[in-house]
Amino acid sequence: MTVVVGVCAAMLGLAGLLAMIRLITGPSRLDRALALDVLIAVTMVGIGLEAAYHRYTATLPILLVVSIVGFVGSVSVARFAVRRNSE
Amino acid sequence: MSVALDVLVAVVLLLGALFSLTAGVGLLRFPDTLARLHTGAKPQVIGLMATLLAIGLRAEAPLNIGILLLVATCQLMTAPVAAHMVGRAAYRSGRVRADLLIIDELSRDLSES
Repeated sequence: MTVVVGVCAAMLGLAGLLAMIRLITGPSRLDRALALDVLIAVTMVGIGLEAAYHRYTATLPILLVVSIVGFVGSVSVARFAVRRNSE
Repeated sequence: MSVALDVLVAVVLLLGALFSLTAGVGLLRFPDTLARLHTGAKPQVIGLMATLLAIGLRAEAPLNIGILLLVATCQLMTAPVAAHMVGRAAYRSGRVRADLLIIDELSRDLSES
């Protein structure tokens, strides 16, 4: 189980790194908003991995709150920041 | 029984992490904004669902199962909203590469009306 969790954590770290590269180089603001979305979801998977490994369920409300408010960022970027200057 | 459950949890956790890695790779390699929209909308949500399933298999208390179901429902409801808004903004600000599209019904309908 420990080996499996280590492999999963390595994969998640790589996914977060790739999303971070897109976050830095992304040509438009929409790409950066998308990269932040993926980064939030990778963080959620990481929290869930820890909860499943230790059978530690006190972090589940964090997952709930992030899943409710996590989409506000990219929606507000798409709705307001893009129209103001069409970059 | 316990060993079988552990193997099942391990397989589901690996599946979730693999889908997250797929989302990261796609985010880096896809050519334009509309293609990158797929990575945030589909493999990422599937990976999260797999991880939630693994937590549910490990934690038996009914309250935790309820919280996990709520997390899954909220994620399934909010991810399409975000993807829709980003896709709409990408189309309106002209960030769509027309040579990559197989069919573009929105442009056709807009030019007809």
